[in-house]
Amino acid sequence: MTDRPHLAVLGAGPAGLAATAAAASHGVRVTLLDAATRAGGQFYRQPAAELRARRPQALHHQWRTWERLRDGLRAYVTVGAVRHLTDHHVWCVERRPSGGLTVHALLGPEQEDPVEMRADAVVLATGGYEKVLPFPGWTLPGVVTAGGAQAMLKGTLALSGRTAVVAGTGPLLLPVATGLAAAGVEVPALVESADPKAFVHRTRALAAQPGKVAEGARYAAQLLRHRVRLLARHTVVEAHGTDRVEAVTVAALDADGRVRPGTSRRIPCDTLAVGHGMLPHTDLAETLGCRLDGTDVHVDDEQRTDVPGVWAAGETTGIGGAALSLAEGHIAGRSAAARLHGTEPDPRAWAAAAKSRTRLREFFAALGTVYAPPAHWTEQITDDTVVCRCEEVTGGTVREAVAELGAGDVRTVKLLTRAGMGWCQGRVCGPAVAGLTGCGLTPSRRPFARPVPLGVLARAGEHEDQ
Amino acid sequence: MSSPLHLAQAEPGPAFRVTLDGREIEALPGQTVAAALWTAGVTSWRTTRDAGRPRGVFCGIGVCFDCLVTVNDRPNQRACLLPLHPGDVIRTQEGTGHDD
Amino acid sequence: MVGAACALYAARAGLDVTLVDRGPVAGGTTGAGEGNVLVSDKEPGPELDLALLSGRLWAELAREFGDAVEYDAKGGVVVASSPGGLTALERFATEQRAAGVVAEPVAGDVLYDLEPHLAPGLPGGVHYPQDRQVMPALAAAHLARASGARLLTGHTVTGVLRGPGGAVRGVRTDRGDLHAPAVVNAAGTWGGDLAALAGVHLPVLPRRGFVLVTEPLPRRVHHKVYAADYVADVASDSAALQTSPVVEGTAAGPILIGASRERVGFDRSFSLPVVRALAAGATLLFPFLSDVRAMRSYVGFRPYLPDHLPAIGPDSRVPGLYHACGHEGAGIGLAPGTGHLIAQALTDKTPELDLTPFRPDRFPEEAA
Repeated sequence: MTDRPHLAVLGAGPAGLAATAAAASHGVRVTLLDAATRAGGQFYRQPAAELRARRPQALHHQWRTWERLRDGLRAYVTVGAVRHLTDHHVWCVERRPSGGLTVHALLGPEQEDPVEMRADAVVLATGGYEKVLPFPGWTLPGVVTAGGAQAMLKGTLALSGRTAVVAGTGPLLLPVATGLAAAGVEVPALVESADPKAFVHRTRALAAQPGKVAEGARYAAQLLRHRVRLLARHTVVEAHGTDRVEAVTVAALDADGRVRPGTSRRIPCDTLAVGHGMLPHTDLAETLGCRLDGTDVHVDDEQRTDVPGVWAAGETTGIGGAALSLAEGHIAGRSAAARLHGTEPDPRAWAAAAKSRTRLREFFAALGTVYAPPAHWTEQITDDTVVCRCEEVTGGTVREAVAELGAGDVRTVKLLTRAGMGWCQGRVCGPAVAGLTGCGLTPSRRPFARPVPLGVLARAGEHEDQ
Repeated sequence: MSSPLHLAQAEPGPAFRVTLDGREIEALPGQTVAAALWTAGVTSWRTTRDAGRPRGVFCGIGVCFDCLVTVNDRPNQRACLLPLHPGDVIRTQEGTGHDD
Repeated sequence: MVGAACALYAARAGLDVTLVDRGPVAGGTTGAGEGNVLVSDKEPGPELDLALLSGRLWAELAREFGDAVEYDAKGGVVVASSPGGLTALERFATEQRAAGVVAEPVAGDVLYDLEPHLAPGLPGGVHYPQDRQVMPALAAAHLARASGARLLTGHTVTGVLRGPGGAVRGVRTDRGDLHAPAVVNAAGTWGGDLAALAGVHLPVLPRRGFVLVTEPLPRRVHHKVYAADYVADVASDSAALQTSPVVEGTAAGPILIGASRERVGFDRSFSLPVVRALAAGATLLFPFLSDVRAMRSYVGFRPYLPDHLPAIGPDSRVPGLYHACGHEGAGIGLAPGTGHLIAQALTDKTPELDLTPFRPDRFPEEAA
């Protein structure tokens, strides 16, 4: 059995689970590594087992798909085709000079003890995280990312308060608002800077997705039932409070995406859940030397990156949601299985997944043109607004580096201001710094996907080279 | 009234005690530091190293490192990831979290 | 950094200066350095003379730019790992003292007063109060701004314009010609390419180095601390990987860990074996670092010339062409002296130091 080729799948969200199942069912030994204590990723994040939730589906959508993924994983683990390693935080994947790869991870929530594993190939299914653009008051406790509010709810059944404004832009805001409301939170407003009605006009992409139309109608009904007011073409101008958020000011946007004077109103709340879309996790791919297209890992029709032995699937190849992740993961797993057995894969074997992939990519491309932050969002960043939360670098400091010191790109701003040098390594402030600098967002080089103790680093892979 | 525990029909084991800056707080088995503190009405447990501003959960998934906290004398633990155990000692973290 | 210093001193000598870079400010080796302003790692000779001059000029610049460039006159401590090593180190320090360096031998117990967190059992070392540090990107940006020079970033020099007698008339860039009677080549690791555009040979080559950066900490490492074998590595001609631990705190909190040296061309790819060696060396010197987290690492390319001395001054082969490049890992420290000497050469003053050892035409053509 150990003679069978070994595939490491990094990430147990929809893409990773689909890749695992597809590869395991085609004679490949799979190790599925994931940072969480339970499989599911962000979309299907499960409550901690000890909370003994008998009805976690009350917090979820598309539960049947999850049951299928979960039961599939369980079956492969039972027969020994898949090893599922939870609490493994991968910080680097290294190509071995002799061929194959070594996966370096840290164990447990403390992330102090190392583990290393060899694999013949890897599937990067590292998912994404939320983009948030700054505004005055966004560092106040009680201001959380929309996805963060949802993750805390799904994973720990916890809430940060009783009254939450949900704001920003993107399709994630609807399930966050309805999910919080269903859990007993008063949601006085869902503040969306786009006009979701505009999407109805994009009939071609929508017509191809009847399921998405029904989903939209369901959310609309839920908003109504929970008395959540939808403020379309509105934005949060400021969060107020001293030691935590106490209220937000929202205002209408004009046709150019600027705040319309005289339209601001104050909404009391103890929580603001805010998000402006998603960004892919690409650190492991970048360090392996994989080509990126903008912020996304570049893949071919088989979900292969341009580095031999490295596949990528799901949000890391471009934000597109759980259904697209499933299709990409399936294709990656099938392709990897065939190639690890030394055979040329037959794309007809995954024709259905490929068709669904095409449709969903078109759908999300159309979605991306509708759900965009206000065109002039940088105007809301005052000079004293903290932009880099870790290093406490303000908008004024970034602007000074650009106007006075000649910085014109994110890296130079970082060197001159420290924006992006802190614990999160610019993952949070990157889009804001790029916006203030007037340049595109390019991924930073992050050789360590997570901070790694020097004592671990001092021994990492030492057996490999001997 | 509705609550996430009711909604998901959660039946966790009995609550246990931990402390935050010496004050006793109840936590449920399976709760992270952040979840227990939120449930106790606490939203900040760190102050920044320059301006001394309060911070708590932001991203909720271990990416932003805003929720860093000292637990059992170990600084810079992410409250959103770390599960609690009976008797854990949580301390509000100031600055780098390291004494000197 | 060297270009910014040349711009500053030239402008202050009364010249009209344009600063051209194909990338951003501090986009090359400057942005990938630790900001070393050192005398401790230099043996007596022309480079040490330049370092002593530059150190005096840095102290002057600090009065003007100090906090903005995170100037820190913290001093260096070179640590020996064995009694034999200590003897060699003290002999080296004696020679440096004769050349004007302040180098104070420190016995074991005094060593731990200077750096309490060092690994136990070290025999001693040498304290160099003249070693300092600046934040290199900030230093380059602030000097460039203070120079008042016209700053043209994102302009790639594609040719050197020559007059009838072969004299320099300016440069051609991808965004237009710039006319000037003098051109200073401060292109660092790419200085050889720029020299080639002027038709001259200058064999500047890259020597790759990684730096590790930790989480922010309170000040636990007070000086620039390195092991005695660092000096041997700096002066070495080997192409193979060499690492010797160099550890220092920063004003912002993180600790910086170097230093690796490899000749692998301009390969930017991450190398875990190199970074592992850096971590291993640093944790041996400061055991407390084992539990400290590395947040990132970055890579840069030191511009070196075969004799490990920079090229500074007029090029006898092309009238109007000056060089200020090839400073290897010492460009930040040596920049003010270089800029000052270039400004003196540009204004026909007698240079404060003899430029003969730095002559840009000292490398025979056939080496190419």
